[in-house]
Amino acid sequence: MLTIKNLHASVEDKAILKGIDLQIKAGEVHAIMGPNGSGKSTLAHILAGRDGYDVIDGSVSYMGENLFNLKIEERAHRGLFLAMQYPVELPGVNNMTFLRESMNAIRKANGEGEVDAVSFMKLVRAKAKQVKLDEKLLKRSVNTGFSGGEKKRNEILQMAVLEPRLAILDETDSGLDIDALRTVADGVNMLRSEERALLVVTHYQRLLDYIQPDFVHVLVAGRIIRSGSKELAIELEEKGYGWLLEEAAA
Amino acid sequence: MGLVNSSVEGLIDTGYAEGFVTRIESDTLPPGLDESVIRTISSRKGEPEWMLERRLQAYRHWLKMQEPDWAAIRYPAIDFQAISYYSSPKKKPQLGSLDEVDPELLATYEKLGIPLDEQKALAGVAVDAVFDSVSVATTFRETLAEAGVIFCSMSEAIREYPELVQRYMGSVVPYKDNYFAALNSAVFSDGTFVYIPKGVRCPMELSTYFRINEAQTGQFERTLIIAEEGGQVSYLEGCTAPMRDENQLHAAVVELVAMADAKIKYSTVQNWYPGDSEGRGGIYNFVTKRGDCRGDRSHISWTQVETGSAVTWKYPSCILRGDDSVGEFYSVAVTKGRQQADTGTKMIHMGRNSRSTIVSKGISAMTGSNAYRGLVRIAAKAENARNHTQCDSLLIGDRCAAHTFPYIEVKNPAAQVEHEATTSKVSEDQLFYCRQRGLSDEDAVSMIINGFCKEVFNELPMEFAVEAQKLLAVSLEGAVG
Repeated sequence: MLTIKNLHASVEDKAILKGIDLQIKAGEVHAIMGPNGSGKSTLAHILAGRDGYDVIDGSVSYMGENLFNLKIEERAHRGLFLAMQYPVELPGVNNMTFLRESMNAIRKANGEGEVDAVSFMKLVRAKAKQVKLDEKLLKRSVNTGFSGGEKKRNEILQMAVLEPRLAILDETDSGLDIDALRTVADGVNMLRSEERALLVVTHYQRLLDYIQPDFVHVLVAGRIIRSGSKELAIELEEKGYGWLLEEAAA
Repeated sequence: MGLVNSSVEGLIDTGYAEGFVTRIESDTLPPGLDESVIRTISSRKGEPEWMLERRLQAYRHWLKMQEPDWAAIRYPAIDFQAISYYSSPKKKPQLGSLDEVDPELLATYEKLGIPLDEQKALAGVAVDAVFDSVSVATTFRETLAEAGVIFCSMSEAIREYPELVQRYMGSVVPYKDNYFAALNSAVFSDGTFVYIPKGVRCPMELSTYFRINEAQTGQFERTLIIAEEGGQVSYLEGCTAPMRDENQLHAAVVELVAMADAKIKYSTVQNWYPGDSEGRGGIYNFVTKRGDCRGDRSHISWTQVETGSAVTWKYPSCILRGDDSVGEFYSVAVTKGRQQADTGTKMIHMGRNSRSTIVSKGISAMTGSNAYRGLVRIAAKAENARNHTQCDSLLIGDRCAAHTFPYIEVKNPAAQVEHEATTSKVSEDQLFYCRQRGLSDEDAVSMIINGFCKEVFNELPMEFAVEAQKLLAVSLEGAVG
């Protein structure tokens, strides 16, 4: 589904990613871990198409297409979803309306008709219940005045409604208490399926107690220095990143 | 002595004017302004003597006045002698078909979703009999007449209802009020007259839209709306379609009078030609709009969405004379390119327990400049008066400007006056977020802007609100990214 080859990228001439190779197949859950400043969020942003990053070398193919030929919204239309680390507030834009516009834009791009208001409402209500998002928040402006936890739940709600092919979660767990973390994890687990892939970017191993990844990658200083199974995450939690850095240097 | 002289001149000039009209086929006066031009306008419209006298009085006063220069706008000096002050409704060239119309204009109509027949009418294409606005207008008139509501052109009102016009015209905005009001009082071309009798709730929204074919009043419009005790009316000014207007200077006057328990709601959507990206062309819009809450518990509400014009100078105001009277001002003003707007409101509290609300949303894009200028005055006798002002500016890009000039004068210690102001930007983060959720750049911007303006759009009548949203999207197209 997603193949990253030798990806080099920089921000304002500062090299951030220095040769990333990663392959994600449908049905898989990948976790990317690493210390602060290692390039985790940069990778997530580049995949989603955010401005401000220069891709210097390498390639990314998504669903058989060159990802870099696609605009931000075109990637979204093809099922790429990014749950943001810092969800943005949109004052005056109704949460429900936003989600419906989003869903319809994606449906339209895929040659499908717009979803009717009644069934949409039903769908969103049901999903909101699953991710334990207070229904009142559906009527409010997008993320405006939401608490940190509410914003993250709202991201998971959007993800649950839009049912993406490839969901990237950018440190969705940061700043969450254990209950919220559980809900986020439940939301992710709910989406696990044969046709879908997930890429979970996280700083802590904590989230991985609830989301069992098939693969764990350790990103340090712009390179994946180790890939392994779920056990790698546990090892990291016990020993920190230091030993890996030493090994890599050796 | 002077008066006698001018009356004599009047007689002579009137004769000339009529001769002028009969002999010359063209319905447009040559550029220039002097007393004979005013006499010509008046006689051409078949006005009674008292109206002519009023015009002349205003003109003579105007000559002594100075053009104001305090607004945060810059524009080249207006040559008042280079303007033609009268042209009949048929001035616009009639085109044979839509093929002859500027394709850019048609593309805009398309985006606004305007039906083909209306497109033709707006662009000045001869419309065949299928276009049913005439029959619609007639139906309207009948319904209104049954309710006792008068809704007609100002020219007609001057002829048919002289007592009402004499009593109310100039009672809210006297000709001495300001430079542009004096000019308007002297040369106004036409406008709308509305009279709501005691206790009558106008059975429909009144709109100038239904008078488009009847009178292309344009340049120096004069509007007067009177709601007698307990009367209610909602009036929509303008049309959301961008009419190409060749008149550079617009100086309109709108007067509203609300007696006890009366309610007037006045909504405007203005999108005249803003000029090109270099600032060439475009309308200068100098408007005086004022409502007089003359009776107790009267209520006047202004809602405006201003996206057009090169220069906007406009302060729809309320004089809250009656006890417990209510004044409201909801505004969205958009400036982009070289557009400049200095707009806001005045709330003059005189009655006890009078209340006012001001919500102003300014949007600046590209090199647009937007100023909010507002006055809240609480007179000494206005016991327990209250005002709440909210003034938000939204910036798009880094070359535009937003200014806020709030003036607050409080002479009663029991008054409660609040002013809130914010400035924000459409951020990269917001755009990225929306696009990541599948929205196009344009849809994202329009969604963010509409969110920003929501409180004002909520005040517009339903259909108008939908059109205003589309209009905003069209007018800000290409402003981002």
